[in-house]
Amino acid sequence: MDKPVCETEVEIKNTDGLHMRPAMQFVDIANHFDCEITVSNGENSVEGKSIMQMSMLAATCGTKLKIKAEGADAKQAIDALRELVEEKHFDEPLPSNKKKKC
Amino acid sequence: MKFADFVCFDAVIPELKAKDRDGVIAELVSALDKAGKLGKANRQEIIKAVIKREKEASTGMGKGVAIPHVKHPAIKGVIATIGQSSTGIDFSALDKQPVYSVILLLSPADNPEKHLQAMENIFKHLQQEKFRKFLRQSQITEQIEDLLREADEDPSL
Repeated sequence: MDKPVCETEVEIKNTDGLHMRPAMQFVDIANHFDCEITVSNGENSVEGKSIMQMSMLAATCGTKLKIKAEGADAKQAIDALRELVEEKHFDEPLPSNKKKKC
Repeated sequence: MKFADFVCFDAVIPELKAKDRDGVIAELVSALDKAGKLGKANRQEIIKAVIKREKEASTGMGKGVAIPHVKHPAIKGVIATIGQSSTGIDFSALDKQPVYSVILLLSPADNPEKHLQAMENIFKHLQQEKFRKFLRQSQITEQIEDLLREADEDPSL
């Protein structure tokens, strides 16, 4: 049987973008799952479980990332990662309305 | 963004004197200060800020490298320097291994994009085992400068 595949697109919403701390949170959560996780910014595709590779994406506020998971717990992984990026936005500040929106 | 755009070669330290994390950070910030790259920023304040950031979460990414960094309002442009330790330094790295190459990055507070571009460049090369190995083997500033300039031209390095 083929491995389940799950995919989603998320947008980086915190002001400072995917800098090292958020990237670490992402990798931390990704590593809780057994499935393979790849993240793409359209230009580069990297392993979602590697902090070095994730830091290479240099995703700023407003960047859209495609997350793809392959494996038995793919769905759970995608749900957790989407929650981190889009709902919790890494527990970081969002751009204030006064400043330019990204 | 290229290494040559933001690494200050005058502040590169091929063999760090300091043997611990905070000492290494102080040594590298001081080297940038000496090279005249801190501008109006206060050396002690920057050292404190980098150490504070490091305490929140280690920038020791594993594989013998650490990238201590901070965004600070007194810093006007993205600036970096490199220090090497042949004995290895405890940076509380992700893989718990000692760190041999330290890249210190200082960025302005109001330009997250530039900061991320510099990070992207640093990680792109640190990913490559060859690059990490060559960096660790470099014993003088000229070798480090040659390596970074070569890496700027050759994306596979």
